[in-house]
Amino acid sequence: MKKKHGTAQAPAAVNSHQHLRDLLYQMLRIRRFEDKCAELYSDMKIRGFLHLYNGEEAVAVGVMQALNPEDAIVATYREHGQALARGISMNTIMAEMFGKQEGCCRGRGGSMHLFNKEHRFYGGNAIVGGGLPLAVGLALADKKLDRKRLTCCFLGDGAMAEGEFHESMNLAALWQVPVLFVCENNQYAMGTALKYSHAVTNLVQKAASYGIDHAAVDGMDVLAVEEVAQKVAPAIRETGKPFFLECTTYRFRAHSMFDAELYREKAEVEQWKQRCPIATLTQQLKEQEKISDADLEAIEQLIHQEINHAIAFAEAGTWEPVEELTRFVYSEPSI
Amino acid sequence: MNYGIDTSTDNSPLMIRTTYREAVRDAIREAILKDDRVFLMGEDVGRYGGAFGVTKGLLQELGPDKIMDTPLCESGFTGAGIGAALGGMRPIVEVMTVNFSLLAADQILNTAATYLHMSGGLFNVPLVIRMGTGGGKQLAAQHSHSLEGWYAHIPGIKVLTPAVLEDARGMLWSALEDPDPVLIFENTLLYNMEGQLPANAGAVDIDRACIRRVGRDVTLISYSASLFKALEAAETLAQEGIEAEVIDLRVLRPLDEATFLNSVAKTHRAVIIDEGWRSGSISAEISARITEKAFYDLDDPVERICAAEVPVPYASHLEQAALPQAATIVNTVRRMVTRHG
Repeated sequence: MKKKHGTAQAPAAVNSHQHLRDLLYQMLRIRRFEDKCAELYSDMKIRGFLHLYNGEEAVAVGVMQALNPEDAIVATYREHGQALARGISMNTIMAEMFGKQEGCCRGRGGSMHLFNKEHRFYGGNAIVGGGLPLAVGLALADKKLDRKRLTCCFLGDGAMAEGEFHESMNLAALWQVPVLFVCENNQYAMGTALKYSHAVTNLVQKAASYGIDHAAVDGMDVLAVEEVAQKVAPAIRETGKPFFLECTTYRFRAHSMFDAELYREKAEVEQWKQRCPIATLTQQLKEQEKISDADLEAIEQLIHQEINHAIAFAEAGTWEPVEELTRFVYSEPSI
Repeated sequence: MNYGIDTSTDNSPLMIRTTYREAVRDAIREAILKDDRVFLMGEDVGRYGGAFGVTKGLLQELGPDKIMDTPLCESGFTGAGIGAALGGMRPIVEVMTVNFSLLAADQILNTAATYLHMSGGLFNVPLVIRMGTGGGKQLAAQHSHSLEGWYAHIPGIKVLTPAVLEDARGMLWSALEDPDPVLIFENTLLYNMEGQLPANAGAVDIDRACIRRVGRDVTLISYSASLFKALEAAETLAQEGIEAEVIDLRVLRPLDEATFLNSVAKTHRAVIIDEGWRSGSISAEISARITEKAFYDLDDPVERICAAEVPVPYASHLEQAALPQAATIVNTVRRMVTRHG
């Protein structure tokens, strides 16, 4: 497997021990974070809607390897994984979900609306499909200002039935703007299976019909996702053309904390869990003797500590005074 | 028609004759030439010259990077405008009419208006959206509505309704300088309105209402095209010895209530003229504020003259019956004034 170099963020060669371990670490970090969030939801520390990323970690982690710090990210409401993989501090994400003003959005956004300026993380959009036109616009600005960078837009299979998906595909292709559309096809739009929402279930065909270059990849295989992302990202920046990447994946947990999962068989979930991207990579690394049980234990410890620290940070956080309720409706004059 | 509005100022050496349409066009041209980040996009703004002719010639003059024809996808290009604004540009998005803007309502309400707040103040959206509004041209129920009052319901955006030439010319630049999303509603009946404008006309404030005619007996509160019906009514009333003060709201959000409350404190009577439907309208909001804050100044109940509660019909006589008219304003004021002598 070959990997293109030349980006500030790019790790060492894909097959280096360190990089493989880092991928595993990042996926595991998301998994453990999400599991803890579920607990904290039951403890009533986190409220509102909470959509967990378990099972889909390979998509965010794999794609993020190919992005530069200058690139922008537009995500969905199931975006903890993207936010963590992009480098937004776990402390501020946790504090956000606790509703504290130390959160990345001062507790104004919550789980579905994580934002960060430094990492060019443009949310956290809870209107399915609503982020796509935004991504086209961010890329349009880059084109107009002649900046060689891309906008990575995550979307789900559900979004592809929305009009905004089709409008955005057409605009991206018509204007030739550098967007990497990453479809996380977890095969359910909330509780409605792909075959019940799409007349044509071959999703890349929809991108193809707009003349957009595309690829489909196993979204349970982080190395496969990274490989294709590493291949296409520099081309998108260079040519300024959009690209559509479908990652087939599966959501191990319920859609949100209010979902009784009446729409799918337990056996199906179990079957997909056999293909867990974290277990698969762990297995591979063990077989290749690239990781030991002691290494794994060390990684788990590191993550455990970080999560505990994030919870302590969030607990210690403060509530924004109610007197400030109507701030951030309009920009405040800079002092 | 200028209804006696004095648009001259002492220090304006040169006045030019222009139309509302040309004033908007000049404002767009000036903004694009002045700031490299500004561009205009919308349906048929380029090769066609704008559905109402506003942008005619600008594509040829400024080029396709500055005047971008978009496909018919209001949500798509409005959202792209938001993204471009976040990416450092200063886009002007033109939506052909307010009725079509409902296809972009998701982007306007759920994204543009919420973005700064959801992000805890991290990301502001410096976007300007212009659109046509209003009835009176027999365009029937999907091209004639006045929904600017609806948009004024939404925190996070600003809503401008330029009525006079100075505002048609000057509000755009101020809107572009604003760090947050601004919607500009241009009543399509006004595009042909002619008048004088200083050759060096420029930016105007976008946060205050304006008294267009001074009076003592009644306050007529209006905006956009209805302003001219109020001014016409005031002329008629003046011949009968009734002096109406006429307020042009100019901006529906944030609402400059001080101007109309002060006026009502002086005249003790208020009539609101609004081309939107009566129920849940901006006229209802203004009436409520007068009742809340100037109740004891009133000699009469607040009156409202609004569009009839019907989708605007095609047939001219029915359409005219559905819209506020100067005669109705005159009759209403006569009734109010004679009630108490």
